[in-house]
Amino acid sequence: MIGLRLFRHKHQAPLERRPFDLLCITVAVVLGVHAPHLPAWLTVVLAAMLGLRWWQRRHRGGRAPGYLKLALLALLTAAVIYHYDTLFGREPGAALVAGLLVLKLFETETPRDARVGAAFSCFALMTALLFDQGMVATALVGLGLLPALATLRALQPARPETSLPRELLPALRLLGASLPLALLAFVFVPRLSSPLWGAPNSTQGRTGLSEDMSPGDFSELLMDDRPAMRVTFVGTPPPNAQRYFRAYVLWNYDGRTWNRRELDGAPAPVEHGPAIQYTIALEATGQRVLPVLDVPLDAPQAAHMGPDREMRAERPVNDPLVYSLRSAPSYRLQGQLSERERRRALQLPAGFDPQAHALGQRWRAQYGDNDAAIVQAAMTLFHDGGFSYTLGPPPLGRNTVDDFLFSTHEGFCEHYASSFVVLMRAAGIPARVVTGYQGGYWNRIGNYLLVRQADAHAWSEIWLPGRGWVRMDPTAAVRPERVSQGSAAANATAAGWAGNQWWLAWRNRWDIVNQWWNQGVIGFDTLRQRGLLTPFGVHDTGVGLLGLLLAIGGSLFAVGGLLWAVWQRPEADQARTAMKLLEKRLASAGVTRRHSEGPQHYFSRAARALPSQRVELEQLMRTYLDLRYAHDEPPADLLRNFRQAARDFQPRRVVK
Amino acid sequence: MLAAIRRAQTWAERRLPALTRHKRPESLPIVLHRRRVYIVPTAFGAAFTVLLLIMLLGALNYTNNAALMLTCLLGSASSASMLIAFRSLNGLKLTAIRQGQAIAGEPMAVHLVFAGSEHAHASVHADMNEQTEAFSIGPHGETVLNLQLDTHRRGWRPMPRIKLWSNWPLGLFHAWSWLHPEQSVLVWPRPESGGPPPVVPGEAGRQQRLHQGEDIAALRAYRAGDPQRHIAWKHSARHENLLVKDFEQPEAQEEWHLDWRQLAQLTPEARIARLARWLGEAETVGRPTSLWLPTEDIALGHGRSHYAHCMNALAQLP
Repeated sequence: MIGLRLFRHKHQAPLERRPFDLLCITVAVVLGVHAPHLPAWLTVVLAAMLGLRWWQRRHRGGRAPGYLKLALLALLTAAVIYHYDTLFGREPGAALVAGLLVLKLFETETPRDARVGAAFSCFALMTALLFDQGMVATALVGLGLLPALATLRALQPARPETSLPRELLPALRLLGASLPLALLAFVFVPRLSSPLWGAPNSTQGRTGLSEDMSPGDFSELLMDDRPAMRVTFVGTPPPNAQRYFRAYVLWNYDGRTWNRRELDGAPAPVEHGPAIQYTIALEATGQRVLPVLDVPLDAPQAAHMGPDREMRAERPVNDPLVYSLRSAPSYRLQGQLSERERRRALQLPAGFDPQAHALGQRWRAQYGDNDAAIVQAAMTLFHDGGFSYTLGPPPLGRNTVDDFLFSTHEGFCEHYASSFVVLMRAAGIPARVVTGYQGGYWNRIGNYLLVRQADAHAWSEIWLPGRGWVRMDPTAAVRPERVSQGSAAANATAAGWAGNQWWLAWRNRWDIVNQWWNQGVIGFDTLRQRGLLTPFGVHDTGVGLLGLLLAIGGSLFAVGGLLWAVWQRPEADQARTAMKLLEKRLASAGVTRRHSEGPQHYFSRAARALPSQRVELEQLMRTYLDLRYAHDEPPADLLRNFRQAARDFQPRRVVK
Repeated sequence: MLAAIRRAQTWAERRLPALTRHKRPESLPIVLHRRRVYIVPTAFGAAFTVLLLIMLLGALNYTNNAALMLTCLLGSASSASMLIAFRSLNGLKLTAIRQGQAIAGEPMAVHLVFAGSEHAHASVHADMNEQTEAFSIGPHGETVLNLQLDTHRRGWRPMPRIKLWSNWPLGLFHAWSWLHPEQSVLVWPRPESGGPPPVVPGEAGRQQRLHQGEDIAALRAYRAGDPQRHIAWKHSARHENLLVKDFEQPEAQEEWHLDWRQLAQLTPEARIARLARWLGEAETVGRPTSLWLPTEDIALGHGRSHYAHCMNALAQLP
């Protein structure tokens, strides 16, 4: 019956202009938050369609014909399939959701349509968070709820007229008021221990370190100032020159590209000095590699350490991940090199870079068995050979190392690491390329190290008898600031991409908020939830307990909300309040005051009904009439007397 | 046994007035309070809940805490909107009902006077008689709602039940309360469509004189060229501009002394219909009438209020 009644109320009045405008704003916000991962042309087309529809309804009116809607729907589906090759998955799904929302606008002519559109917008806003759950993105999406809620509100008839921006204010108040309850639910809603269905694959479109390296690959990465990870140390942090975070160890070289080797086996043995304990909060990479401080001593949970002490997670890191481990800055890695590994570490493709090979061999002939002297010669070459550090190096030909070493002389870490290793191998010293991150910004307020994608770095490791794998950073020979002050300092003069240094400095300081967000909100997982009540002595907070806490907290909020809803300002008129009390007492004795019955009449009636209290009632009546009609401003003592008398009055039933 | 049922009824009346009140009308003013405001989710609210559950499941499955936060925020805002829906009705007061004038069969205008409490009441709908009218009241405000009441027969017509409801603010919840005011509206009898004029006994002396003093309608504003002696000085003193006694208007019509007893050959309802027609005809030409009814004897008079008086008397005939 309720359902029937509800349906009947949905009389299909035409949609007013205001809710439609608000809905258009909502859809525009949805498009805005989805724009970073939609193809640019689709965003532009959808935005144009949105604008067109708004203009058409404002100035022409009328709904779009059915065949047009069908055609547009087919076109949208075709466009998504054309671009992504599929309709399923996160990106095509987002494109479809945004497109359908815009198409929905074309048939939005009634309040019901607008309601559906606003609700669907809420869903579309939420899907944008599957791509980026950073604080700014979440805040933007949260703000996107304002026009959606305002649309729903504007659909209610006879609401007070306000300007368009003011329509958003009540929605903001509503969201603000419901934030405490939302936080409670957020903390106590039991998390799933394992996903119900597959998590989305998210490798596409995400830049970061890749499994291979060829000169020039990094240039885009080095411009990317998004955070890569945040590191907190137990005790004092290592100095800048020791902040090398290894990710990939690359052995194989084909003349252009360095590849890692897929090899299983125990991690290479390491003798080490004092260890540093630290925790890394890694942003989602979509890859399995976990950057760790050189050189890691053990593997964190759910990760595996390879033979070259590369750290690999069991699953690709599709969501921010926090892991803790120990590393030793001073170490001797793999004191013994097997013949097979030695051959591999000397391998060079034939037919490439003849000049570099010749130079290496010449050094070998010149310095004999003195490996250190050969290394020194190479470093001197980079330092004094007219090399410069730039993020925009000229293109290289087939013999990349030869071109770089002997003609262009311009490049960045990749070029230096790659050519250094080639030179070493040519001279007969086992060498390999290591990529990862170096440096970072030390945030003093938060006591953590912020490492950005721009801090990506490539360096070399050479194997020296008795010393094992030794880290050599030829980039430092060219531009020492790169290692001592970080990538920003190194790039400042080179490209000027950072523009304003103060802007980057400000962002580095601001990053603490992101860190809090990541730790407090994004990193709040099953594990943290279970440990929620540890301060209260409960070490494992189970699902049942969480549900109970949620129910208790929710009930408290419900009680608070109900009190707010039913609370009415008490009557300001004290004489009236006292009179009401009297009326209530007399009513219980059977003398109910009638509507529009004067006080005098009422009191006489009461006196007749309760003859034993006649005197008392007449006294009350006189006082009340005095209070009401004899004075402009009733005297305080009279009022007090009346209130006291009213409180003291208890009707006595007469036994007949 | 009967006493027990009555006790239970009075208890229910006290505790759950909205469920039982429609059996018993109540006197004005009617104040809405928490015991008589009911709330259910609307169909849209139910669908929105399903959507929120889907969002919750998605956020939990992808362990996406930002999405979970958004879902929680939306969910708690929806729950808060339930309280706002309730609050939009709570404290609302129906203070008075004023009726318009209508003859049986024609819709009657009914004016419902609502007063608000110290907070605003937004987007409240009043359903009565298949009509819906929405209104908003500011803090301590008042509004008059005009609704149409269908009428069928003359006499007292009790007010139907009125449903006050609101889906404010987001349309997710439907809060409502039933009002059954203990008030009736008086419906005038329908005049017959045609018939003979009343028999006029003898030729009453034509009275040319003005009805002095009491009727401003017989006066009009001064126009240039009006003779000075036609100016009504006494009346003009109370007005901003000069008023002139208008002699062009037909002044004294022949008086009609309408009498229930003269129509003995008709049924009572036919008599009432005929008298109503005569009264209406007299009213349109401004003819003075008197009316004798078994219940009331109305002296000679004319004008709108005299007509209303006569029609009210006719309507209330047994």
